Amino acid sequence: MTTTEISTRAGAARATIRPRRRPLAHKKAIAFFVLPFGVLFALFYALPVGYAVWQSLLVVQRVGTFGPAHDVFGGLSQYSQVFANGPFWTSVERVLLFGVVQVPIMLGLALLFALLLDSPLLRGKKFFRLAFFVPYAVPGVVAAIMWGFLYSPALSPFKAVTGRVDLLSADLVLWAMANVVTWVYVGYNMLIIYSSLLAIPTEVYEAARLDGAGQVRIAWSVKIPLVMPAIVLTTVFSIIGTLQLLAEPQVFRSFSSAVTSTFTPNLTVYSTSSVPDFHLAAAFSVVLALATFVLSFAFLKFTQRKGVQ
Amino acid sequence: MSAVQTTRASSRQVRPADARRVRESPLSRTAAMLVMGVFTLYFLVPIWWLFVSATKDPGQFTSTEPLWFAKFSLLQNIHDLLHYDGGVYLRWIGNSLAYTGGGALLGTLLAAMCGYALAKYRFRGREALFNVVLGGVLVPATALALPLFLIFSQAHLTNTFWSVFLPSLVSPFGVYLTRIYAAASVPDELLEAARLDGSGEVRTFFTVSVRLMFPALVTVFLFQFVAIWNNFFLPLIMLRDQSIFPVTLGLYSWNTQVNQIPELRGYVLVGALLSIIPLIVIFLLLQRFWRNGLGAGSVK
Repeated sequence: MTTTEISTRAGAARATIRPRRRPLAHKKAIAFFVLPFGVLFALFYALPVGYAVWQSLLVVQRVGTFGPAHDVFGGLSQYSQVFANGPFWTSVERVLLFGVVQVPIMLGLALLFALLLDSPLLRGKKFFRLAFFVPYAVPGVVAAIMWGFLYSPALSPFKAVTGRVDLLSADLVLWAMANVVTWVYVGYNMLIIYSSLLAIPTEVYEAARLDGAGQVRIAWSVKIPLVMPAIVLTTVFSIIGTLQLLAEPQVFRSFSSAVTSTFTPNLTVYSTSSVPDFHLAAAFSVVLALATFVLSFAFLKFTQRKGVQ
Repeated sequence: MSAVQTTRASSRQVRPADARRVRESPLSRTAAMLVMGVFTLYFLVPIWWLFVSATKDPGQFTSTEPLWFAKFSLLQNIHDLLHYDGGVYLRWIGNSLAYTGGGALLGTLLAAMCGYALAKYRFRGREALFNVVLGGVLVPATALALPLFLIFSQAHLTNTFWSVFLPSLVSPFGVYLTRIYAAASVPDELLEAARLDGSGEVRTFFTVSVRLMFPALVTVFLFQFVAIWNNFFLPLIMLRDQSIFPVTLGLYSWNTQVNQIPELRGYVLVGALLSIIPLIVIFLLLQRFWRNGLGAGSVK
């Protein structure tokens, strides 16, 4: 990708000279290209972020006990409620636990499959690549419904398991969901890592091969370090996805009473907004978005310091 | 970027010959095939189960072998599904195609126009705009669902087609990817030549630049398509009227009523099976693009 960077930089260098010569060149065309996206971005991305922050700073006040309600500025009082809200923090701990266990398993499998696809050990690579990727075509909601049936003792084809262990019980339902998420996303992550393996020129490990290094050794010492940026990227996406968990728990509420309305942070946002307590729900949203941002940013910084990039 | 990858990938076509030169042990070959075989079952058995179940007479779900066919009544089941509740399922599929197809096509075009302008023109605020859009990539879509609902309810536009369609047109990632791609694949000299020929900027974009950026456009389209097709929180929070539901929300709402209306279980199963097909078709049609393109965002 250095070629890309160099050409962008070269382009930028050339450009710094040009505007002085023709300051207003193509003004209309630029407006035509940028404005449609710009307006929509402002309306449906920037404005909601600002609006959520603003809403989270309001409180509802009533005149008397039954008087009409109206919003007044309440400073950070919603946030003190957020920090005092036990169920919300329990749900945050739950998704963090989920992430700590599920993300490494999912990405570990994805990396293993990508390395196997890239090794000379396999036949029928096209088939495996497609078969492993198919679950990604199943929308999260539909996957959750399907697995919900597969876990239900009455319908399950795996009665040997579901007859003995209740996968939808309070202890296990979180891991039942982890399995659904893993099932859907392993193939997708595998493809991202695989395509970055393909971008490595063969000469890089031909030398190692001639020195007698086995496939495992080559994978460990040459390939994995070279695809680290792709692994870091998939990890960041997975962290974001984990904190945002919503479709799976929301669907599982129909299958298991163990999934409460505050099971994950996003479910808390949803159930708080259906109360309706929009100001508190907005404060939850803001805290969750910030936490997501901080976590993925911290992970990026951590890996950069470790020098993997 | 895909261009770079494709050339490298094709240089890899020599690999099988290398592989033959240095033999791998049969033990590790068998182990590798075994691992992949076991996981093929893991990935495909649930879908096989869904397919087999969808072919069964609703009375036979619990009484017959779950992973093998009983009386084959798939066509009857599909017929029943499409006629249930005034044909609402077909409506949901139509809605999903409109939200997703329209959103992904238009969203890709808008992102490409913006990314192209950011790469090929110099104007004040260009870097600032790009950085704001880049920040948008990191904002999770679900974090926007609630504030979007509040804004649309201010305008009395919740529970409308537009309340789900319009927000899904915005793809900051698309702008990011098309900008990088346009910078690398659309030469300035070509644009200058088009100008000398008297072609307008907009016309040049649609006749020349779009073609050069095509691989990136397909990637952005696929990302958008999957993102909108899977989007659940926004429709869940926005829509009340089931005639404008996308199919995911429709199936979800049926599934929540299975305990009261047991016959819905059969419809959920058949409906789930049919809802997977459009995405599989798209993936197969655009296979040669996503195979190289999906990794594009990950390469720095």
